[in-house]
Amino acid sequence: MSLHDQDDPALRAAQEDRLRAVWKPPQGLFLRWTDTNNNRVGVWYVLTAFGFMLFAGVLALIMRTQLAVPDNDLVSANSFNQLFTLHGSMMMFLFAVPMFEAVSIILLPQLLGARDLPFPRLSAFGYWSFLIGGVFVSGSIFFNAAPDGGWFMYPPLTTRTDLSGLGADIWMLGLSFIEVSSVAAAVELIVGVLKCRPPGMRLNLMPLYAWYILVVAVMILFAFPPLIAGDILFEMERLLDWPFFDANRGGDPLLWQHLFWIFGHPEVYIIFLPSIALFAMLVPTFANRHLLGYPWIVLAAVGTAFLSFGLWVHHMFTTGLPKISLAFFSAASEAVAIPTGVQIFVFIATLWAGRVTWSTPLLYATGSLAIFVIGGLTGVMVAVAPFDWQAHDSYFIVAHLHYVLIGGTLMPLFAGLYYYWPLITGKKLSDRLGRIAFWMLFAGANLTFFPMHLSGLMGMPRRVFTYPAELGLGGLNLMSTAGAYLFAAGVAVICVDLALSPRRAKAPRNPWNAGTLEWLAHPDDEDWGIRSVPLVESRYPIWDQPDFVRKVDEGRFFLPDAEEGRRETIVTTVLDARPLAVIRLGTPSVKPMLTAIALGGVFIFTTYHLYWAALACGIATLACTLWWLWTGTAEIPEKPCKPIGHGLELPLYLSGPAAPGWWAMFITMMADATAFSGLVFGYFFFWTRHADFPPATMADGPGILWPMVALAVGVIGWLATIGARDIHARGGVAAARILLLLGITHSIVGVGAGLAGPWTSGLDPQAHSYPAIVWTLAIWTSAHAGVAAIMQGYALARSLAGKMNPDHDADLRNVSIYMHFYALSAVVTYATIGLFPEVA
Amino acid sequence: MTDRGKWHERLKVTLWTLIVPPAIWAGHFLMAYLWAAISCAKVGAFATFPTLFVVGTIIALTLIALSGWIAWKQTHRPGDSAPHQDSTDIDRLRFLAKSTLLLAGLSFVGVIFTALPVVFLRNCL
Repeated sequence: MSLHDQDDPALRAAQEDRLRAVWKPPQGLFLRWTDTNNNRVGVWYVLTAFGFMLFAGVLALIMRTQLAVPDNDLVSANSFNQLFTLHGSMMMFLFAVPMFEAVSIILLPQLLGARDLPFPRLSAFGYWSFLIGGVFVSGSIFFNAAPDGGWFMYPPLTTRTDLSGLGADIWMLGLSFIEVSSVAAAVELIVGVLKCRPPGMRLNLMPLYAWYILVVAVMILFAFPPLIAGDILFEMERLLDWPFFDANRGGDPLLWQHLFWIFGHPEVYIIFLPSIALFAMLVPTFANRHLLGYPWIVLAAVGTAFLSFGLWVHHMFTTGLPKISLAFFSAASEAVAIPTGVQIFVFIATLWAGRVTWSTPLLYATGSLAIFVIGGLTGVMVAVAPFDWQAHDSYFIVAHLHYVLIGGTLMPLFAGLYYYWPLITGKKLSDRLGRIAFWMLFAGANLTFFPMHLSGLMGMPRRVFTYPAELGLGGLNLMSTAGAYLFAAGVAVICVDLALSPRRAKAPRNPWNAGTLEWLAHPDDEDWGIRSVPLVESRYPIWDQPDFVRKVDEGRFFLPDAEEGRRETIVTTVLDARPLAVIRLGTPSVKPMLTAIALGGVFIFTTYHLYWAALACGIATLACTLWWLWTGTAEIPEKPCKPIGHGLELPLYLSGPAAPGWWAMFITMMADATAFSGLVFGYFFFWTRHADFPPATMADGPGILWPMVALAVGVIGWLATIGARDIHARGGVAAARILLLLGITHSIVGVGAGLAGPWTSGLDPQAHSYPAIVWTLAIWTSAHAGVAAIMQGYALARSLAGKMNPDHDADLRNVSIYMHFYALSAVVTYATIGLFPEVA
Repeated sequence: MTDRGKWHERLKVTLWTLIVPPAIWAGHFLMAYLWAAISCAKVGAFATFPTLFVVGTIIALTLIALSGWIAWKQTHRPGDSAPHQDSTDIDRLRFLAKSTLLLAGLSFVGVIFTALPVVFLRNCL
């Protein structure tokens, strides 16, 4: 299709009809919920997270009411424990993290000029997982069964079943489920940023929001899995009495603190960076100029991401670790102020150099930076270990973290809300109500949290349900409570503003006169995402490229049609965004929802110790996943290539490192490997904690024989799969099938051989942390052997069913990625449990 | 040298080389943490002159400086001046090189930060 063709209005109308038909959302009372289009799933996601935020905010108000006066008895100590635990857990896991994912699911395809993200069904799966897990966790408070051990759930308080009830299991299993959905979102967002950019959008032209999202999604891959590993150990202790955290039997509660905070500190940046990313989009718009120092923002995002993994022990300064260790973490905690400061100065410099339009979103942005900087300064204070020893677990910390989170996450999200509302709904929010709400929020936040610095320094510990009048803290607490109500009233004004929105008239297109791609969205938006995928030559194409909007709208760029009636988007190269292929996207389907329900059943039934039901749900999850993959992925196209305009013809099938699916597999396995390294860390952590490890009574551990057998069959299974992949690519289909069969056999043998070591040597996992961690590593790797057998079987079945051939071998290549990681786990596990006792 | 230029010009910056300097910081940090944790737990003290630590720090600083130097050379490849915002090979290259250079600076400071405590603290208490 040449440029010339698009001059014909009839052709354009026909193209639009086809696109409209292809992207038509499913109708009907139930079917509408099977939608997978990012603009719908993203909105559900945002609304759900916003709802959880309001719920958790009400919990905070109840707490502040209880603390308004000394010796108050509005709620009992037990209820108060549930309130603060659920408030913290919900704000972190059900609001801040999902909100970033939700906003990104809406914005990213628009920013990248893509029709949708590469795996729309995965987004839907993530949403349904989030909804089920979130309702399960937050609903528990109505049954007086909410978790009550604080949002970081320190053992032994939480692992001893006589000290904490069902709430701890609800927290652990409910939030594990949500962690799965976060990893799913991370996969989606990384592949989206790296592979679905429009032609011409090289790395140096990427909107900074996309840079931040890439960095944050990678952080999720390395931060969440250690918590998943911790959750596994935690539930093994609670459900099976394996003593990982029980000091009487060789366990150590500090292991939980390490695993939790290896997650918990990067987590702070995981929720801060995407919010600050919104500034990187709105500051240039309202400064009416390009953002200054683009590479400095990249420095700040990447630098913060790395440094944030060297901070976790600053939450553990009072646990008695060697001072030299504390000093390393203190140093890194001070260093992270550098990149954080850099990005704030970039925004200030851009505003300084531009002609500033003082809009409501910019008011929120500047106000939140002011609040954030105060939190940052107290952060530098508590990063100094001797100061932290004084302030630890006092209200000073509560003040610090709320300044950081309100200034660094909540208020920037409100800035984003006012900025992007016209993009989502086509209507602007009220400037008047927005400004009133801003001043209420700004004053309320300072009135609530500034006095907490003082009450903390005067000795008020966090998490107490009341305090005696003699301490003289009544006045400060009353101020905090008044501030909290003012803040809540500010949020209520925003809710009123949102509620009035449907009655308002539509705003013009691109109402802020911004320069980035997302503002191509039309007030009466179509579901197709973008009319044609543009050729991008600037960081601000709407400002810089002549006739850009008209050319996009008239379909003069790429992929202006949907001739074959399929949902499609363009895949490009990672560095330079050269067009590689057109991929067919997942259409609305009930499969993601069913998979999420089945997986939710696994976690929920396990909470109530209904193991048979949980097992049935596990099998259902596997069945749903296979059904989803079999019917929806790596489909062999009806023709090898299709034209996308301007004489360009792109293939319709990709396999190997060019393909989004390959990247998704690789990224998922990175997360898997990180969780595994958390377990291995546990093993060596116990080794450092004990003079004799393994203990003298079980010095032989699982023996050498079986671990070495398991290692050998694991490696053979891996080699067979790699061989199958290479021979298959050269046309040896029959030989590849035989090799896959060989691989399956070895993987199945690997399951038994892995467990045989601890089993035959009679290691009792309830006796001591050593046998418990050996069993855990063996079970982990054996389970991976089982999954390997299923995957190899899947590839074999695809080949036999004619859905995979030497020219279309994505399935086998993706299975190979899994096998690399499986082989690596086998080597590490069996060398550790089999050989390390010999040298220790 | 071949006609394609000096060796440091033939190297190509990518997303992987971008993260080399901070990854070296991370490796050094991990080494520092593990060295202190293991020697304090298993030996009860660390050696009065921590040779391994000093050597590791020097290696880390050298590698970061080297990657920074390569990046600096690449930012000086002929082409348009900053802000490198055109959709061209040279602009993309120079942008990534500039970012790598900045990250090398941050990582260099980070490694010095991590090394400093050892100057002042020599026991496990």
